[in-house]
Amino acid sequence: MNKVKISAKNIDVFYGDKQALFDVSMDMYEKEVTALIGPSGCGKSTFLRCINRMNDVIDICSVKGNVSIDGHDIYDKSIRVESLRENVGMVFQKPNPFPKSIYENIAYGPRIHGMANSKTDIDEIVENSLQKAALFDEVKDRLHQPGTGLSGGQQQRLCIARAISVNPEIILMDEPCSALDPIATAKIEELMNELKKEFTIIIVTHSMQQAARVSTKTGFFHLGKLIEVDSTETIFSNPGNQKTQDYITGRFG
Amino acid sequence: MGLFLILLILTIGAFGFFIGRLKAIKLRSASQKKITSLNHYYGYYIAIFAIVPSLLVFLAITAFQGYIVEVYVLSDFIDLNPNLLASDKNLLLAQIINTSEGIKLFDEISPLITDAVDKYIYIEELIDTLTYVIVLSVAGLLSLFAYVKIKSNLDSRKFVESFLLILFFTCSLVAIMTTVGIIFSLLYETLKFFSQVPITDFLFGLNWSPQRVFVRDSGDLDTRDLQNAFGALPLFAGTFLIAFIAMCVAIPVGLMTAIYLAEYASPNLRDWAKPIIEILAGIPTVVYGFFAALTVAPIVRDLGQNAGFTVSSESALAAGFVMGIMIIPFVSSLSDDVINSVPQSLREGSYAMGATKSETIRKVLLPAALPGIVGSFLLAVSRAIGETMIVVMAAGLAAKLTANPFDAATTITTQIVVILIGDQEFDSPKTQAAFALGLTLFIVTLLLNFIALQVVKKYTERYD
Repeated sequence: MNKVKISAKNIDVFYGDKQALFDVSMDMYEKEVTALIGPSGCGKSTFLRCINRMNDVIDICSVKGNVSIDGHDIYDKSIRVESLRENVGMVFQKPNPFPKSIYENIAYGPRIHGMANSKTDIDEIVENSLQKAALFDEVKDRLHQPGTGLSGGQQQRLCIARAISVNPEIILMDEPCSALDPIATAKIEELMNELKKEFTIIIVTHSMQQAARVSTKTGFFHLGKLIEVDSTETIFSNPGNQKTQDYITGRFG
Repeated sequence: MGLFLILLILTIGAFGFFIGRLKAIKLRSASQKKITSLNHYYGYYIAIFAIVPSLLVFLAITAFQGYIVEVYVLSDFIDLNPNLLASDKNLLLAQIINTSEGIKLFDEISPLITDAVDKYIYIEELIDTLTYVIVLSVAGLLSLFAYVKIKSNLDSRKFVESFLLILFFTCSLVAIMTTVGIIFSLLYETLKFFSQVPITDFLFGLNWSPQRVFVRDSGDLDTRDLQNAFGALPLFAGTFLIAFIAMCVAIPVGLMTAIYLAEYASPNLRDWAKPIIEILAGIPTVVYGFFAALTVAPIVRDLGQNAGFTVSSESALAAGFVMGIMIIPFVSSLSDDVINSVPQSLREGSYAMGATKSETIRKVLLPAALPGIVGSFLLAVSRAIGETMIVVMAAGLAAKLTANPFDAATTITTQIVVILIGDQEFDSPKTQAAFALGLTLFIVTLLLNFIALQVVKKYTERYD
């Protein structure tokens, strides 16, 4: 059993007056894939964005409760949100490469965090990250062409390469395959199996099959509440809660 | 008389509308067959036939009236002197019209003029009467024709549709034809100017002193000096100097305002700050002009003197500075929109990498929005180049070739104003020079606008 990497306790999230998450507590383990499933609007993405404090970006959003990584409270005043996000990478629903070259997309993070001193260092980081994201062979001849010119699946792998370029420990993925075709999806899932050897991965997904394929643990959200969290096998074969049962058998959602 | 006739036509049209509708109603109740269009379309059908052709006929008669009158009234004079100049004809005609209205400018009126006055009164009355008869009969006959044509299978709805199509098309043509017309009138005078002054002298000459034309006319100088009087390079230099100073003010201030509004200001603040900044663009330029001349120019002069520069009391710096303030909203408003339209996903992507707000702005948002921002700069430049009033009031009129912002300077637009103020002979190269300047300005701003639009267009395609 791996050790607990991320621990969320009694999380409430409000958008203005509207409460989006109700008292969510959940542990996520090191070097595993944890999947968050549930119908649209159930709060699974909101929960994900608490882990790298992306909700801070939204003015009307307020978070109560406690999230700690390796035992350190990430909402503590002494924590710099930039360093937190350096440590917790994120991949979004829609591929969002910057309108720059492939090379510059990946060099972006290492540059702003001063992780490389010379061009050769950056070259190395770019190549390594692309290798890890299983994209290098496809783009090695056109590193200096715009990242937006790649196909959707390639763009998403570019975004994964960008996320791992700063050596995070955790990668958050917010429905990373929802804009991709099945072949590109299969590639990303394969990649996640590789990446989990090195990173702790939390993935929000709409597809129960995907959760079943890639994850070790699965949490089921419904109407802002965490209904059940357990090993993926248990959730899909023998859930403890009737709502989970109904959802995975397709009775709602 | 024209107004009354138009009212008559419209009355016939309105009458036709009711008649047409009435006939449609009757047709509908009489026949069991379906009528193709709603009743009021039959009304419009007659109204269009009554109004449109008769108005066109009326316009045509009015357009040719002057020519007919002139030929008829002046026929005796032309018989006497076949080489009568156009300007003399106008003079004669004016005299005849004045006399017919009882205004006496001359004590003695030649019998030829008295005859012409009688002819004038006669022809005017004749044409008036004819106009009434022709226009009203066109309206009446066509209404009748349309009335007869109304049958249950007449598709008047489609007719109205195509009429409206033509109407809209004509209206859009007005703007285009106006532009074309302006270009041609500029081009015509400009070509006349270049037949007297070589184009190279105009574009590359260093000396601008159009007043010398009068000296030539008084016989002191020969034509070679005339050519040296129209070197527009100092004007181009002055224009670009002042526009450059204006952009030096407007670009940084405008861009940073835009960044603040788009990325830092709360939505509330943005909602009221943006319109207030845009008010700057709505202040009449004359007001900026005296702000520049009475407030900024003295301050610039005093500051410059304290710092040990020689500053003239009218300086390019003062005019450029105030012009820069004026065009801030052009830069800030457009750039703000452009920065705002950068997708939120790019911001989040950058924040998720651990970038701060300003890093995100500098390294992701501005590069992404760059084409649109450049577009806003170009629009602002063409505004600065075309601006007149501030320069007239605050930068002086001296056409000097200088790059010194503390010196007086003048611009293309200012010189056009200076040239065209007061009485002008329209065949003097001095006046025609204004058209050459105008055409140059038109071409430059057109090019800038074109480039700006292309850049902005390219930008909008970017995230699709």
